[in-house]
Amino acid sequence: MSEETDAPVFSTVDINNDNRDEEDLFASAVQEVSLDSEVNGTSESLEKVSITDMSSMPAVVGSPIMEEIATERANNIIITVTEPQKIGEGMSSYVAYHVLTKTNMPIFSRHEFTVLRRFSDFLGLHEKLTEKYLRSGRIIPPAPEKSIVGTTKLKMTSTPSTESANGTNSSASLQSQFVERRRAALERFLNRVAQHPVLCIDPDFREFLESDTELPKATSTSALSGAGMLRLFNKVGETVNKITYRMDESDPWFEERISRVEGLETQLRRLCGACEALAGERRELAARSHDAARAAAALSAADPHPPLSRALSHLADLHEKIEHLRMEQSNTDFYVLTEHIKDYLGLIGAIKDVFHERVKVFQNWQHAQISRVSYTIYNSRSWESKVERGQQEFDTISRVIKKELERWEETRVAELRATILRYLEEHMKHQAQSIRYWDAFLPEARAIK
Amino acid sequence: MMDCVEETNHDPLSAPAVTSPASVDTKLEKKKPNENVSLADNSLLVDISDALSEKEKVKFSVHTKTTLPEFQKSQFSVVRQHEEFVWLHDRYEENEEYAGYIIPPAPPRPDFDASREKLQRLGEGEGALTREEFLKMKEELEDEYLATFKKTVAMHEVFLQRLAAHPVFRNDAHLRVFLEYEQDLCAKPRGKMDLIGGLMRSMTTTTDEIYLGATVRDVNDFFEQETAFLQEYYSHLKEAVAKVDRMTTKHKEVADAHIKLSSCLTQLGTREQPATERFLTRAAETFEKCRKIEGRMASDQDLKLADTLRYYMRDAHAAKAVLVRRLRCLAAYEAANRNLERARAKNKDVHAAEQVQADACARFEQLSARAREELLDFRTRRVAAFRKSLIDLAELEIKHAAAQQELFRKSLQMLRECQ
Repeated sequence: MSEETDAPVFSTVDINNDNRDEEDLFASAVQEVSLDSEVNGTSESLEKVSITDMSSMPAVVGSPIMEEIATERANNIIITVTEPQKIGEGMSSYVAYHVLTKTNMPIFSRHEFTVLRRFSDFLGLHEKLTEKYLRSGRIIPPAPEKSIVGTTKLKMTSTPSTESANGTNSSASLQSQFVERRRAALERFLNRVAQHPVLCIDPDFREFLESDTELPKATSTSALSGAGMLRLFNKVGETVNKITYRMDESDPWFEERISRVEGLETQLRRLCGACEALAGERRELAARSHDAARAAAALSAADPHPPLSRALSHLADLHEKIEHLRMEQSNTDFYVLTEHIKDYLGLIGAIKDVFHERVKVFQNWQHAQISRVSYTIYNSRSWESKVERGQQEFDTISRVIKKELERWEETRVAELRATILRYLEEHMKHQAQSIRYWDAFLPEARAIK
Repeated sequence: MMDCVEETNHDPLSAPAVTSPASVDTKLEKKKPNENVSLADNSLLVDISDALSEKEKVKFSVHTKTTLPEFQKSQFSVVRQHEEFVWLHDRYEENEEYAGYIIPPAPPRPDFDASREKLQRLGEGEGALTREEFLKMKEELEDEYLATFKKTVAMHEVFLQRLAAHPVFRNDAHLRVFLEYEQDLCAKPRGKMDLIGGLMRSMTTTTDEIYLGATVRDVNDFFEQETAFLQEYYSHLKEAVAKVDRMTTKHKEVADAHIKLSSCLTQLGTREQPATERFLTRAAETFEKCRKIEGRMASDQDLKLADTLRYYMRDAHAAKAVLVRRLRCLAAYEAANRNLERARAKNKDVHAAEQVQADACARFEQLSARAREELLDFRTRRVAAFRKSLIDLAELEIKHAAAQQELFRKSLQMLRECQ
C-alpha cells in the first residue's frame, strides 16, 4: 500500500517545502476556498495555515506493532471544508458544509471529490472513531463542540447570514463568525484524522469523505436526545471514576507525561483566557472607534471653517477605517491565536481520554488479578487467561499511547511555533495598514488653513 | 488680543511630556521663557514649578517672575490649591468689565478617582494574577496616575499663563492677590452645601440663558449665528470628547491585555524544552514591547486628540458665557430703553433716564464689539490648535505604528532563527 509507487502525479511534489508557493499543486484548493467562502476575511488564511501545519508535521515513522499500513511520510491528503449553507427553516434547519478532498492516496478511488455533510455527520464520525480506536489508545482528534445556543440562534434567523462577516448587522456577523469558527474547526478535525496513519484509512472515515449518499443520521449526537443523555450519564460516571480511582503508576514515563499534560492544560487555559480577553478588548475598541468616527463626523459637519471641517471629516473616515482594522486585529487575535489554543486544549482533552482509557484497562487487569487470587479453586484457568489478556491489553495500550504521544509531541511544538509566527506576521500587516491610513491623513491635517 | 492666538503654544497638549518621572512630586520641565519673550513682553511670567499630591488635595507651587511695579518683589512663589484657581476664575466671571472677553476656562478638578478605583480593584483581584502580572499592572496604573497628575498640573498652569499673558486680565487685582498673597485665599474646598449651591447656580445660568434667548430679541446676525454655532459646536465637541475618551480608555485596556498574554507565554515556556522555551520567552518579550507601544499610542491619542477637543470644549463654553453676558447686557439696555420711554411719557426724570439709557447703550455697544473680536479670535485660535494637534497626532500614530511594525519584523526574524 505504499503510495509513492502508485502515485506518480504527486511524487514530484515535495509537500514539506513547496506548498507556500503559488505554483503548488494545492494552491488551487486554496484559491477556490478564498473565492467561495467569503464568510470571513480570515477564512483564506485559515485554509493556508491548516495546510502549512500539516506539511510542517514531520513524517510519521511506522511502528512495528500497529502501524503496519502506515506510510513513511505524512499522508498526501488535503481536505477543505467550504460553503457552509443553511438548509431548511426553523428548528429543523441545519447547516451543511462542502467537504472537498484532494488526495493521491491509492486507497481512495479518485483524486478529488466533494461531498455535502452536516454538522451531526462530523460528530457521528467522531463518535465512530472514538468507539473503534479509543480503547486501543489512539488519540482521536476532537470534534468541535455542539453549541445549542449557537445553533439555535442560527436556526431561528430566517435568512442565511453567512455572506457578510463585517456587515452592518452585528448579530448577522456574530452568526457568521460562529459558522466560520465551526467551519475552521471541522476542517482541522478532518485534516487531523487524515494525517493520522491509522484513522485515515478507516472505512467510516473514507465513507464520510467519498460516499455521495447521505449518511444515516447520527441520532446519538444530538445534544438533547436520549442517547445524548445516556452519554452524559456515562461521562459523569467516568468522571467520578477518574476522580476516585488512583492508579499506582508503575511506568515513570507515563507518570511524567501525565503530570506534564496536566500542567500544560492549566497553562493553556490561562493563555486561552488571556487571548480571549485581548480579542474581546480589541473588538470593543473597534466599536468605540466607530463611535469616535461618528462623533468626529458630526463635529466636522458643525465646523464652520472649511479646511478644518474637511480634515475632521477625513479624521472620521480614518477612524472608520481604523474600526475595521481593529476588527481585523481582533479576528487575528481570535482566529489565529485563540482558536489554535482552544484546539490545543481539545487535543489535550483527547490525550487525557486516552490516559483514562489506559487506567480502565489497568483496572480490568487488576480486577482479573484479584479475582484470580480469590477464585483459585474454581476455574482458575479462565482467570489465568483473563489476567494474561488484561496484561497484554495494558501493555499494548501503553505502547500505542507512547507512540501516539510522540507523534503529537513532534507536531505540537511546530504548530505552536507556526501559529505564533503567523500571528505576528498578521499583526505586522495590520500595522503597515495603519501606517498607510495615517500617512494618507497627514496631508489633510497639514492642509488646514 | 493677538497674544491669545499665541497661547496655543502652551495649551495643555504640549506641556506634559510623555516621559514618566520617578516621583509623584512632579517637576515640570523648565518653562520655555523664550516663548513668552516672543510676545515681546515678559513682564509677568507665571509657571507652576512644583506640585504635590496630598491625599485628596493637590498643592500647586505657583511661581511668578515679574518686572511690573505693582508687585512687591520680582520673584515669588505661593502654594495654591485647585479651589483657589476656581475662585480666581469666578472673580473674572463676576467682573462686568470683562463681560465682553472670553474668560479662560477654569482648569478641571484634579480627578484621580479613576486611577485609584482601578488600583483598588486590582488589589481585590490580586489572587487571579501572578506576581509579575500584578506588579506590571500596578506599574501601569502608577504611570497612568502620574500622567493624569501631570496633565492636571499643566491645565492649571495654562490657565494662569493665559491670564498673565492677557493685556487686560493681567492687570486684575485678584490675579495679583492670587500670585502674591502668601496665605490661603479662604477658598475652602466645596462642601456638600456648596455643591448644591453650585448646581443651583449653574441651573439658574442655564435657565437664564434659555430665558434670555427666548425673550431678548437679538438684532445682530453675527451674534445670532455665533450663538447657534457655539451651541451646536459645544454639544458636538462634548460628544466627541466622550467618545474619544472611551476609545482611549479601551485602547489602554487593550494594551494591558498584553500583560497577561505575555506572562502566560513565559510560563508556558518554563515547561518546555530549552529551544521551545527560548522561542516562547522571546515571543513573550515581543508582546511585552507591543504592550508598551500600544500604551503609548493610547496616551498620545489622549494627549493630542481628546485633550484638544476637551480644551476647546471648555473654551467654547467660555465663549458661550460671553454671549449670555451680552444678552444680559442687551436685556438691561432694552430695560433702560423702556424706562426712558416711560419717563418721557410721564415727563419725569427724563434726563436721568436718558443718561442711564445712553450708558447702557454704550456698554452694550462696547461689549458687542469686544465680544465680536473675541469670538472671531476664538475661531482662528481653534483652527490653529486643531491643525497642530492633528498633525502631531498623525505623526505620532505613524511613528508608533512604524515602531510596532519594526518590532514585529525584528522578532519574526529572531523567532524564525530561533530553532
